[in-house]
Amino acid sequence: MPQRVREKVDLALRSQRQHTITVLSCLLAVQDAFGYIPKLCIDQVAKFTGSTVNDVWGVISFYTNFSVNPPGEHILEVCWGTSCHILGAMDIAKSVLEEIGLDNEGTSSDGRVTVRFNTCLGACANAPVVSVDHKLEGRMTPDQAKVIVGAIKNIVAEDLDIES
Amino acid sequence: MRADFKELKMKADSLWDRLIGGQGHWIRIGSDLSGQSAGSEGVASRFEQEIGQRNLKAIVTEVGTLGLCFAEPLVDIVSPNMPRTVYGNVKPEDVPSIIDSHLIKGVLLKEMVVGVFGQNENNDLPDIFQHPMMKDQLRIALRNAGHVEPGNVNHYLANDGYAALHKVLKTMTPEEVCEEILESGLRGRGGAAFPTGTKWKFLAGAKSSPKYVLVNCEEGDPGAFNDKTILDSDPHSLLEGLIICGYATGATKGYIFIRHGHDSPINRSWRAIDEAYEVGILGTDIFGSGFDFDVEVSLTGDSYVAGEETALMESIEGKRALPRYRPPFPAQFGLFGKPTNINNVKTLSYVPQIMLNGGKWFSDIGYGKSKGTAILCLSGHLKYTGLVEVPFGLTLRHLIDDIGGGSSTGNPIKLLQTGGPLGGVISSDRLDVILDFEAMSEAGAILGSGGIVAADSDISVVDLTRSIIAFCQYESCGKCFPCRSGMSHLLEILERICVGEGSSQDIELMRSVGTNMQAGSLCGHGQLGFNPVSSALQYFGAEFEDMISDPNRDNGRNATWYSPLRTRR
Ligand SMILES: Cc1cc2nc3c(=O)[nH]c(=O)nc-3n(C[C@H](O)[C@H](O)[C@H](O)COP(=O)(O)O)c2cc1C
Ligand code: FES
Repeated sequence: MPQRVREKVDLALRSQRQHTITVLSCLLAVQDAFGYIPKLCIDQVAKFTGSTVNDVWGVISFYTNFSVNPPGEHILEVCWGTSCHILGAMDIAKSVLEEIGLDNEGTSSDGRVTVRFNTCLGACANAPVVSVDHKLEGRMTPDQAKVIVGAIKNIVAEDLDIES
Repeated sequence: MRADFKELKMKADSLWDRLIGGQGHWIRIGSDLSGQSAGSEGVASRFEQEIGQRNLKAIVTEVGTLGLCFAEPLVDIVSPNMPRTVYGNVKPEDVPSIIDSHLIKGVLLKEMVVGVFGQNENNDLPDIFQHPMMKDQLRIALRNAGHVEPGNVNHYLANDGYAALHKVLKTMTPEEVCEEILESGLRGRGGAAFPTGTKWKFLAGAKSSPKYVLVNCEEGDPGAFNDKTILDSDPHSLLEGLIICGYATGATKGYIFIRHGHDSPINRSWRAIDEAYEVGILGTDIFGSGFDFDVEVSLTGDSYVAGEETALMESIEGKRALPRYRPPFPAQFGLFGKPTNINNVKTLSYVPQIMLNGGKWFSDIGYGKSKGTAILCLSGHLKYTGLVEVPFGLTLRHLIDDIGGGSSTGNPIKLLQTGGPLGGVISSDRLDVILDFEAMSEAGAILGSGGIVAADSDISVVDLTRSIIAFCQYESCGKCFPCRSGMSHLLEILERICVGEGSSQDIELMRSVGTNMQAGSLCGHGQLGFNPVSSALQYFGAEFEDMISDPNRDNGRNATWYSPLRTRR
């Protein structure tokens, strides 16, 4: 298992598109490949970038998108930014959290879904916005948000298709 | 490969002419981030599917946005012998009837039309430029948005693209380029409104090498999406502006800095870069001028402060995005310790048109010291939300009541939140304020990067202020204590006011915390971070006092409150 992880990390590190390879760029590549930063690759990133394990931890702990724990199978982000707030983001958040059975950000007990607040998903003109595994869904309502949660609970990743 | 501009242009023109004047149909689907959030991808794939099944001669292209986000998904169709037509609010299930009617019968589906381009026979269809949201626009940086396929170098070349770069490299010295930008009066659109020509001259004058030019598309401001939308709609405009900036300042490498996770602006920027390399507009000896220039995209993690110029350089270097002490300034000691210039996406996207039409042309547009246009993101309780580009000098009333179409809820607009989380609120009784950097700052609501969020009379200002300060607190990088502890202190006070536990000294206490933050913080985050509170107190101080004196008061419709966890790991 660890060997396979290391190979996958190695591939992610070597397939970066840009020339400027840094601790941050490597961590973004690893997170893209795994959905989180497996702890056992931290020394690998350090070695690859000629930095220290402390440097790598420093970067992981600074940027709020990084996590060293595996997320749920799907990630549901609820935008929490100003435009969305004004158009009822808190009600969307409430509806989502209640439906999943969480008090705040976190992963459902069945490991199916991780809920996160995002500070702005970039589609403010169609607020309130949520995203499911990076796919944006605007003009959200609390009821529709419940439908989305239901779809995530019941359907496997590839079939996820939410129509309003 | 050395690019020959004339040859490239000829090839691009003929491709373009075939698209818009040929025998087939060209279907453009507005598919920027906000189009995607309205379901553009489903509409595009339904078009592809139907067209394939019926074996029609039609090309479907996902483009950026015309800016009318409220009517997304937008479908823009060019067909032989018909006016170019934009359909709005299109759902996948509408696609078969659009195809039957528009593509096959040649009859417009009137009830779904947002507007047509130019004249139409009976004049019974609205001209898109007469739409209230479009009427007063002057699209310079956004001129290709929604028209061209983002990143497609031929589409860009066919629409004035790289003509400015060709002219600059063939006929102008770097000094002349800086002078032209100075004459245009162009000021930075990233927030500080610093004269762009002056900034370029600082870098041009720096002795050491290599030099770098960076494009700031961090755009963490909630309510602002204009930078991402430019990259999503027409990344070549930015790229051309960046290459010209490199030539003018003597830089040899550019970075486009974007937050990870916004997939389409990132992928479309890469596509623009790749295609520019392919035709020889990036790389060595561009247009045979001897000028070499390279560009790449640099991604950052989630951090608002990473948009601050010195933190941005730390982030490109792969470190924690902590602002640096200044001096030394970036023009002396920037990225990797080398001379560096940082500009916002919008700022650089103006540059090609300025170089084509002259600095004077640009400086004749606008108002006072604010030259050119403002690229604004309208969101919140407005009828017409989206992206607009208007000359400086309009009143906010014009912007909100006409261009934005007024309130969408039936309740009157109460306030505008402008300039992002470090900006401020402005009461709707001050809509006489003119759209101008100076006038907006005087009114307490900075223009910042162009986000304008309108809120109706149901909104509690105290709740809104709490939400904004919660953002600022969450995003404080923690390097300097006036910001780190000041933001936490402000949030604590606002949280207790919101739950009815405020005390009569709390307003004074916030002011004193704010004064310390302004005076003592290392970067703009802490220096400006009291703006949301001070502007809210300026216009709606009574609301804070009422909430403190009457703890049982109803806290508007946003009584529910969540905020991101501080420790998420
Ligand atoms: C906390 C903070 C965040 C910032 N975020 C951005 C940003 O997202 N985009 C941007 O262009 N400028 C941002 N700025 C302003 C930049 O520091 C810088 O002034 C700007 O990029 C310069 O470009 P311009 O001269 O073209 O405006 C931010 C400033 C601060 C203090
Ligand atoms: S504020 Fe929610 S998408 Fe921007």
